[in-house]
Amino acid sequence: MNRALRVVARRCIAAVPTFLLVALAAFALLEAAPGDAADAYLAQTGGDLGFAAELRARLGLAATWPERLLGFFGSLLGLNLGQSVIFNRPVLAVLGERLPNTLLLMSATILVATGLGVTLGILAGARPGGVRDRVLSTAALTLLAMPNFWLSLLLILGFVVKLGWFPIGGIRTIGAQLPGLAAGFDVLHHLVLPAIALGAGYIAIYQRTLRAGMIEAWRGDHVRAAHARGVPRRAVIWRAVARPALLPVVVLFGQQMGALVGGSVVVETVFSIPGMGRLAYEAVVGRDALLLVGVLLTATCVVLLANLIVDLLLVRLDPRIGAADA
Amino acid sequence: MNRIRLPRRALLLSTAGAAAATQFPQRARAQVPRRGGTLVVAADTEPRNLNPAIVASNGVFYVASKVIEPLAEMSASGDGLAPRLATAWQGSPDGRSATFTLRDGVTWHDGKPFTSADLAFSALEVWRKLQNLGRLVFKDLEAVETPDSRTAILRFAKPTPFQLIKNALPSLTAVLPRHVFEGTDINANPANQKLIGTGPFRFVEHRPGEYYRLERNPNYWEAGRPYLDAIIYRVLPDRSAVAAALEADQIQLCAFSAVPLTDLARLAAVPGVVVVPGGYDGITYQLTVEINHRRKELADVRVRRAIAHAIDRDFVVKTLFLGYAKASTGPIPKFDTQFYTADVAATPFDVARANALLDEAGYARGSNGVRFQLRLLPAPWFEQTRQMGDYLRQALRAIGIDAQIVANDPAAHTRAVYTDHNFDLAIGSPVYRNDPAISTTILYQSGLPTGVPFSNQYGYASAAMDEVIGKAAISVDATERSQLYRGFQRRAAEELPLLNVVEFTFITVARSKVQNVANNPRWATSHWADAWLSG
Repeated sequence: MNRALRVVARRCIAAVPTFLLVALAAFALLEAAPGDAADAYLAQTGGDLGFAAELRARLGLAATWPERLLGFFGSLLGLNLGQSVIFNRPVLAVLGERLPNTLLLMSATILVATGLGVTLGILAGARPGGVRDRVLSTAALTLLAMPNFWLSLLLILGFVVKLGWFPIGGIRTIGAQLPGLAAGFDVLHHLVLPAIALGAGYIAIYQRTLRAGMIEAWRGDHVRAAHARGVPRRAVIWRAVARPALLPVVVLFGQQMGALVGGSVVVETVFSIPGMGRLAYEAVVGRDALLLVGVLLTATCVVLLANLIVDLLLVRLDPRIGAADA
Repeated sequence: MNRIRLPRRALLLSTAGAAAATQFPQRARAQVPRRGGTLVVAADTEPRNLNPAIVASNGVFYVASKVIEPLAEMSASGDGLAPRLATAWQGSPDGRSATFTLRDGVTWHDGKPFTSADLAFSALEVWRKLQNLGRLVFKDLEAVETPDSRTAILRFAKPTPFQLIKNALPSLTAVLPRHVFEGTDINANPANQKLIGTGPFRFVEHRPGEYYRLERNPNYWEAGRPYLDAIIYRVLPDRSAVAAALEADQIQLCAFSAVPLTDLARLAAVPGVVVVPGGYDGITYQLTVEINHRRKELADVRVRRAIAHAIDRDFVVKTLFLGYAKASTGPIPKFDTQFYTADVAATPFDVARANALLDEAGYARGSNGVRFQLRLLPAPWFEQTRQMGDYLRQALRAIGIDAQIVANDPAAHTRAVYTDHNFDLAIGSPVYRNDPAISTTILYQSGLPTGVPFSNQYGYASAAMDEVIGKAAISVDATERSQLYRGFQRRAAEELPLLNVVEFTFITVARSKVQNVANNPRWATSHWADAWLSG
């Protein structure tokens, strides 16, 4: 336990320069983009020169860029991560609203993606080249080739408009005061379609990776030895073929956490889920540097955390990975 | 069966002053309004500041107009205005004062009575000092006298046309509760988000990224109204999802053409869904080509006229707007009969004439067929502003002008056109707000400081144009003022400082059970006290 804690602490300290770089890059990017937060706002409202000048003064945009950079890092060090320009509220409060939605969506997606991906991968890899493998592999490739937004719209058309099984989007039924368990079920109900839409590509990737790993493993001496010893086929598949093939899947999973936190703009938009992806997009369009940094830092944290979990998981899955690193 | 109602027909009826109900013959039979029910509508933006007294914009009004009321609303009948918080208004002949009689028995949502002091505070401290549009219209407002709690007299330092004040009532005169805002930093007041007004609906809740929830104001001044228990604005950022939500009856209405125009024919065929094109005349937009007169080629009126001749307005109407627009003759839309004139120099689609004009101006085609190159910046505001960029590029190629499209996001576009002047042509979409002096003449007037969005940042300066605008700005006689604005349109058509291509409004798509849709010229941005849901 102590060792694990030390790993966490070391990772956290190593993360500080990453955070600083991320913040600096976000500031520099939005500085380099033409137009500032006041321009983004005026594009919606118009207003005379005094209106624009007062807006700039209120948003702290009137200062020179070194002053703004200083103020920017000053705000970041504050407890609230500063004030969001487009929401007119502390960045931390805005993140606090959005992160749970994204985490929920992420968890649901991971559940769908790993659950289905691994199951289908094992089914395909159990007898590579068989009819089942061919059908599953074709299906997986089709899923992989489908753009997210198109799949989302297809799902909506089929399951919302035609069948009426699911709500069109959002994260919960508006205005419904549901008791604990029913509220949880309500959220799940809302997440089914977006999780499938977002997870489809990953299902395919996991399925393909696992299948490839299993084909490799079938050729292993330990598999032949297991056959020779008369170990039942099912047990061979599970213990000798699938398990070693799972390792790259777990590594992939860790890498994809980042994409999941940051990359769901499209699905969040189609299913109107107020999550981090849309927030990042809004921050860029609104030239809201502090908010963008908030989103990026949160994503960075989630990715670092996910990688830590993956490392610990790998240690458990693969006895060959020693505790030397830990 | 085609359920799309032709905009032409709606327009005829509304300009003829017909009762709005006759616009929907099959619904007029639909008996007595039913009380109750929640109307769920689509929303695509969540304004940072939702206070309509500070930010007069349609995105704000869409939600806020149900909570905070103006002195009067636009009306298709009578003199074009329907009383809201004011019941009568009178301007003095010298344009130095305007007297308003306020409605009796109105209370704020927090229970305090509404009085003339609220109006005085709103006018002096908010409209005049803080509002994006009011800063211009009310710039000469000097004082507001309140002889009693039901009367307010606006006093102006310089003659201010009462015609302008009247025309500004629907958009610029949202009244705020003085007791909530006085003595605070008005721009930072939490009531800019949690609105407190006198309107038919109370502001209950905003969950960012999810919805706004408004509920019935039980003490509304109009007995028996509103009919609806609640209005929910669901934030649906994806346009295809909006169409699907309507089909699935998960929302009952979307305004401001929230579904793609190409979906309308399909949606109109869905049972229980109707496509309603009316109800936006009071907020007519124009599709314009903005021109940077600092480019020497474009400073020549012959070149500008050539570009105008190169544009096939009919194509723009039919292909870009699928018929939901009208060819434009100038800066004032046809709907505004106070000012509109069709008697202006026309620049019909005529490529041969355009080429002749360019030859005459001395810009011969080079060996590659190109006369000169331009940067073209289509504004990202609407699908059609972007498409117009693509169309114009092709149209210009036919007359030997090579336009390079520069695509920007809103902030970058605003900065490039209105501050940096870093463009040659731009596609814009200014909104006409019921009087040319509110947001239209600043597109033509010279001498404006750099950095004012949606104003003449084009480097265009014409003494004659400035003179007619200046005269109209202080003309207190309505007939004379209207005459001056007809002259303004004629001059605009002669000098073509910018090109008005088409005028367009929006489409509402609703479930057929939603009643009293689009029954005034600013419907989507009005009170909805009379909207109701049938069974």
